[in-house]
Amino acid sequence: MAKVTVDGIEVEVPNGASVLQAAELAGREIPRFCYHDRLSVAGNCRMCLVEVEKSPKPVASCAFPVADGMVVKTDSPMVRQARRGVMEFLLINHPLDCPICDQGGECDLQDQSMAYGMDHSRYREAKRAVRDKNLGPLVKTVMTRCIQCTRCVRFAAEIAGVPELGATARGENMEIGTYVERALSSELSGNLIDICPVGALTSKPYAFVARSWELKKTDAIDVFDAVGCNIRIDSRGPEVLRILPRLNEDVNEEWLADKSRFAVDGLKRRRLDRPWVRRGGKLEPASWDQAFDAIAARLHGLDGARIGAIVGDLCDAESMLALKELMAALGSANLDARQDGAQLDATRREFYLFNTTIAGIEEADAILIVGANPRREAPVLNARIRKRWLAAGVSVAAIGAPADLTYPVRWLGAGPDVLAALRAGSEGFAATLRAAKKPMVILGEGALRRADGAAILAAAWMLAAEIGALSADWHGFNVLHNAAARVGALDLGFLPGPGGKDVAAMLEGGVDLLWLLGADEIDGARIGAQTFVVYQGHHGDRGAARADVILPGAAYTEKNGTYVNTEGRVQRGEFAVFPPGEAREDWRILRAFSARVGHPLPYDDLDALRRRMAEVNAVFARIDDLPRRGAVDLSPPAGDPAALLSTPFAPAVVNYYQTDPISRASPTMASCTATFHQPLAQAAE
Amino acid sequence: MSGNQREIQAVHGEPASFAFDAESEAAIAIILKKYPTGRQASAVLALLDLAQRQMKRATGSAWLPRLAMDTVAARLGMPPIRVYEVATFYFMFNTKPVGKWHLQVCTTTPCWLRGSDEVVATCKRATGIEHFGETSADGLFTMTEVECLGACVNAPILQVNDDFYEDMDVASTERLLAALRHDTPPPPGSMTGRQASAPEGGPTTLTTLAQPSAGE
Repeated sequence: MAKVTVDGIEVEVPNGASVLQAAELAGREIPRFCYHDRLSVAGNCRMCLVEVEKSPKPVASCAFPVADGMVVKTDSPMVRQARRGVMEFLLINHPLDCPICDQGGECDLQDQSMAYGMDHSRYREAKRAVRDKNLGPLVKTVMTRCIQCTRCVRFAAEIAGVPELGATARGENMEIGTYVERALSSELSGNLIDICPVGALTSKPYAFVARSWELKKTDAIDVFDAVGCNIRIDSRGPEVLRILPRLNEDVNEEWLADKSRFAVDGLKRRRLDRPWVRRGGKLEPASWDQAFDAIAARLHGLDGARIGAIVGDLCDAESMLALKELMAALGSANLDARQDGAQLDATRREFYLFNTTIAGIEEADAILIVGANPRREAPVLNARIRKRWLAAGVSVAAIGAPADLTYPVRWLGAGPDVLAALRAGSEGFAATLRAAKKPMVILGEGALRRADGAAILAAAWMLAAEIGALSADWHGFNVLHNAAARVGALDLGFLPGPGGKDVAAMLEGGVDLLWLLGADEIDGARIGAQTFVVYQGHHGDRGAARADVILPGAAYTEKNGTYVNTEGRVQRGEFAVFPPGEAREDWRILRAFSARVGHPLPYDDLDALRRRMAEVNAVFARIDDLPRRGAVDLSPPAGDPAALLSTPFAPAVVNYYQTDPISRASPTMASCTATFHQPLAQAAE
Repeated sequence: MSGNQREIQAVHGEPASFAFDAESEAAIAIILKKYPTGRQASAVLALLDLAQRQMKRATGSAWLPRLAMDTVAARLGMPPIRVYEVATFYFMFNTKPVGKWHLQVCTTTPCWLRGSDEVVATCKRATGIEHFGETSADGLFTMTEVECLGACVNAPILQVNDDFYEDMDVASTERLLAALRHDTPPPPGSMTGRQASAPEGGPTTLTTLAQPSAGE
């Protein structure tokens, strides 16, 4: 530890820390552009200059290590003079186009030139101009505004793991770009917009849409994958204009994946804004009463065993509980949340959770990925694995179709036979796993949605137990879910009850009335012609196309909802805008319908419903509180670990950009599909 | 390489393919041995230089097409952008085709004081090139403005490909360009005939010092 005095405040910082970190610890603000605490230190913007006693020149505090007894001044005349000089140089080639710049109002350069800059420029010569680059459909570039801090270059190379950006040429001709014209092939490219301290990299879909001070900011939870990224919804009036990440060190740090950020324009298209009832084979607009009457009429006299419900991937826990209890009141045990047919064992929570936790990845020392492509299924979680690999060079191996995961991976094979070989010790990587102190096994949807899913689940658990991944202080067994609603549904027990039918049985004529709550990932053609389908949801997608009655619900931005991420972390998102037209919050629809059929659900407001949730499963009482897990009971999930098939694992997510009703309705995601997915698909043919 | 389709940069003359030839490969084998395992990226400058020289042998124009940079990147296990950064940073790598004779005129202060403007004007007149960075219509000459070549004692300097021609003036520049046109480059060095950077017209100091006799 070194004792450093910053502006008279004495702080103790670890040896090797920078002067800037010491100043932050002392509560002194140091302006900076190139320095970012999650990226390597570049030290090229010179904005963080401070005075260090006995040093004749100001020093760049971000790159200057502390020494014991150092005396630092951050607000001396020398420092102020130096900052003004640096600012003047930075602004020499920066255009004065703030009024037409999308960064205006949330621009580091703007703020810091107000705080630390001069009131005028002495530069009279011509400014340089730089040709804009095409980085694809998400990131807009105005390269003349670039101050060459190289944050984007370092983000792409270090965090995103796609070293495609660089600084070419030199001196006045230096430019940031890809050199060869290409779209940035990363699922995390939207974060470039956030880390760019000026208006050089801005959001292409959001260009010229709004100013930051016009927006209402609402804290919410992302639903496009099961990571449960913390987001901020920026809305104006009835419209969600953009989505930004919110800091949560345990989940997403400060990153957000592109689909979560840019699919927001899908919230305004193909929306269900009024009830519809199918009459004579054709969907016709109806009132809420007519829609409820139509369902009630079909329900009349129907045996509970002939009624079923399937929930989709984007549902909040509140509406799932309401639907579960409505079904119970109607006498039905036909419930399922696994549209993809994933064979999960819900008898113990640790059988279906990402037990290591996302932050826990940073302690792992060997990782085995089975049937998952985390880069496509959970880009932010994948960045955490990459972070761990960068920090400690952990060995990562995977079973499945080889893909670029942004870190080196040993591809052991394509199918479950490798799992058996690892258990038998005949596969070389088994020794690495056994030697590791904190090994992780990550099991993906691609491995669970198969006929032998239960066997793979059991085999993976037993492998984890055998390699020492399950101990009292380390839980190395992980299931990586893709659906934001999945873990919440499992926690609520939204699974076939005693004698209940699962998704496949319900689809194939097992029920006469099927209630789909946002379930769009099922094949409508498989539903029997005689089945009466109620679709409750927010988008006119696959589910609504087959429906006999459509009940318009609310998207995740339009309701207060509880979501449980793949780690089992219970998080709450808040309502940002009203649902369109006559659409309503989903649990309210179910509550209203339960009264219509004479089984009123025992809650009239959200608080009562949430109290009921906590009664059903105590985890819902612990919001954002995730204790570290260890494994105590090593007995495996049900399933014969020997009954493995030989078919190779199929990827669970083929096109990252279109996986759900919202992203399928999004024009931005459609252009991403055309830019990124289709060339890949063609190349594979 | 992951991903999306690459739009090949519209550089005139970009070859359809690039691979190191036997001569380059032999040199690469020696160069790579100098670096410990895992540090092969250190050889990027040397390999880029080899690639540029190979292009000179193969096409008569010493330049680095994008494919050559990609080849270097693949050989050294570097992301291509890291190689583009290096190649565009250093002035001695040409990312566009150059003529058979690359005229690199120094215009930094000592050369300028000694008449580099006249050398530039003569080069323009003799080759038809109008601006720095252009190639003459016959494809023989490319003229580039360079910073100090480090031979100020014999300013002004005109570097042609790898060779320095020193003490240039209008007449000697014209003679040099005419000789280059006939593919008979004169020996490099001072164009006034002085030895290295010795004073013009013979020694001016130590004139009385006896010449040491042979064998002493």
